[in-house]
Amino acid sequence: MRELTANGVRIDNTFAEAFGMRATAVVVTADEARWARQAAITMTGFATSVIGCGCEAGIDRNFTAKETPDGRPGVRVLLFALSTGELQKQLAARVGQCVLTSPGSACYAGLDGQERLKLGSALRYFGDGWQISKRFGGKHYWRIPVLDGEFLCEATTGLSKQAVGGGNLLIMGESRRATLAAAEAAAAAIARVPDVIAPFPGGIARSGSKVGSKYKTVKASTNDAYCPTLKGAVTSALSENIASVLEIVIDGLTVEAVAAAMRAGIAAIVKLGPRRGAVRIGAGNYGGKLGPHHFHLKDLLP
Amino acid sequence: MRPLLLTLKERPPQRLDLSGLLPELLAEKSAAEIARIGVETTRKPVTVGDVFRVRTGDARHIRIEGGCDRLDWIGHGMTSGEIVVEGDAGSQAGRLMAGGTLTITGNAGPWAGSAMRGGEIEIRGSAGERLGGPLPGETAGMRGGMLIVRGDAGGRAADRMRRGTIVVEGRAGAWAGSRMIAGTLIVGGPAGPLPGYLMRRGTIVLGASTAEMSPTFVDCGTHELTALRLLAAFLARYSARAARLLRRPLRRLAGDTAVLGKGEIFLSGRT
Repeated sequence: MRELTANGVRIDNTFAEAFGMRATAVVVTADEARWARQAAITMTGFATSVIGCGCEAGIDRNFTAKETPDGRPGVRVLLFALSTGELQKQLAARVGQCVLTSPGSACYAGLDGQERLKLGSALRYFGDGWQISKRFGGKHYWRIPVLDGEFLCEATTGLSKQAVGGGNLLIMGESRRATLAAAEAAAAAIARVPDVIAPFPGGIARSGSKVGSKYKTVKASTNDAYCPTLKGAVTSALSENIASVLEIVIDGLTVEAVAAAMRAGIAAIVKLGPRRGAVRIGAGNYGGKLGPHHFHLKDLLP
Repeated sequence: MRPLLLTLKERPPQRLDLSGLLPELLAEKSAAEIARIGVETTRKPVTVGDVFRVRTGDARHIRIEGGCDRLDWIGHGMTSGEIVVEGDAGSQAGRLMAGGTLTITGNAGPWAGSAMRGGEIEIRGSAGERLGGPLPGETAGMRGGMLIVRGDAGGRAADRMRRGTIVVEGRAGAWAGSRMIAGTLIVGGPAGPLPGYLMRRGTIVLGASTAEMSPTFVDCGTHELTALRLLAAFLARYSARAARLLRRPLRRLAGDTAVLGKGEIFLSGRT
């Protein structure tokens, strides 16, 4: 098999295997951009992986005051889960605990569509009977009295069943510092792609996992084939020169968005080159039997 | 395609029932067929052809020229299309309307938009009493849609309103928003005595303080609410005046505490 390289970075002839997920989105606004962002950061905290957090969530993009429904700066947040029920539960809990509580916030639907999840309709009971329903312009809102005025929240938001979770890149370098530089460049590029999130801290995961474990109760465990310290001890996927591996996991509203994000990430890593960044890019899969979506790296080269 | 044109020949000798002249009912009809439609309200038969000159056109757009306060039930139960009345309209224009747009360039009589459920009505002149309100015996007035009056509205505007938005750019008569169940009434100018009389829920916004407020409304302070900003953004394309009013700090009065008390009147600070 011919080895692929781009700007001196080796690209594995493999693919990322991704799964269908349920997704929703909300737009959080506040009087100032930093408070909209604070609410969004709080609501997307502890939402790195569905394995332990119930959902994967992140900030998709920032909105200027002109782009939001109420003319204040805002942030669009995407949430992904494995079932509609879990997504509904996570949405209500996170908006209720993190956005409702944030000074001056308001929350609107961030996704259109026929299928809906409850947003304000689930939170309105906080108003203890003083909540006010308003319908205009084909939309339904709830006004909930709170200590700094009112929390305004759209009644529902859209649900997508076409979302894709688990797009990924494995970034391999000859030092921790260089690998992190490449991963940061890729994460920054992916953050600019619309309709996707990279849910791990700063978009980067250092504890890439495999399915299952030697322990019966553990659902996911360390991906030993990519652990540099186990190179000699296990059937390793790493050559001798690799000293560090970081993973970027990507969830997107569509297959196209995930592909665009992976393409942007690869382009950023390749541009940085092997001297300052990564020497090799791979991707995680399960042999192609589990996930319906396969993103072949060779199709995503810059 | 040009609109279907109905030109009033002269002031009719009796009140007329124009509820049959809807875009959805006139589609596919020839001018002769339209001219044969009966519009009388007394025992003396009158047809469209007797009182109007009919020019065929696209029935999705009906234009009535030479409006008159004897033309009742214009756009009654309309679901789609457009009716433009050049001049005045009689009683109950747009009653039970569910969709489409109705424009009256002159004044409208009582019960304009009565119990409407959807669509848009614009009255460029003034409206009579009980704008959007229910007829006697009905439990709710306007249930949805958008109703704009550029001039003034008579007494009891938005009576028993349940949902939807009413904007009166001028003044409102006595008991504006009486018995409101929900929905939004915005009055650009002052209102007559006792606005919000016996309202249960719903929102009334008044551009100028009124002579006589009911003592059963309680002051909740002056606020700038995001919900009103959002409403302003929605209303900007209908009424710049209403949108400006909603962007000001407004004093919130809760009431009517003589009944449920979960309604509100917002008063502009400027008097």
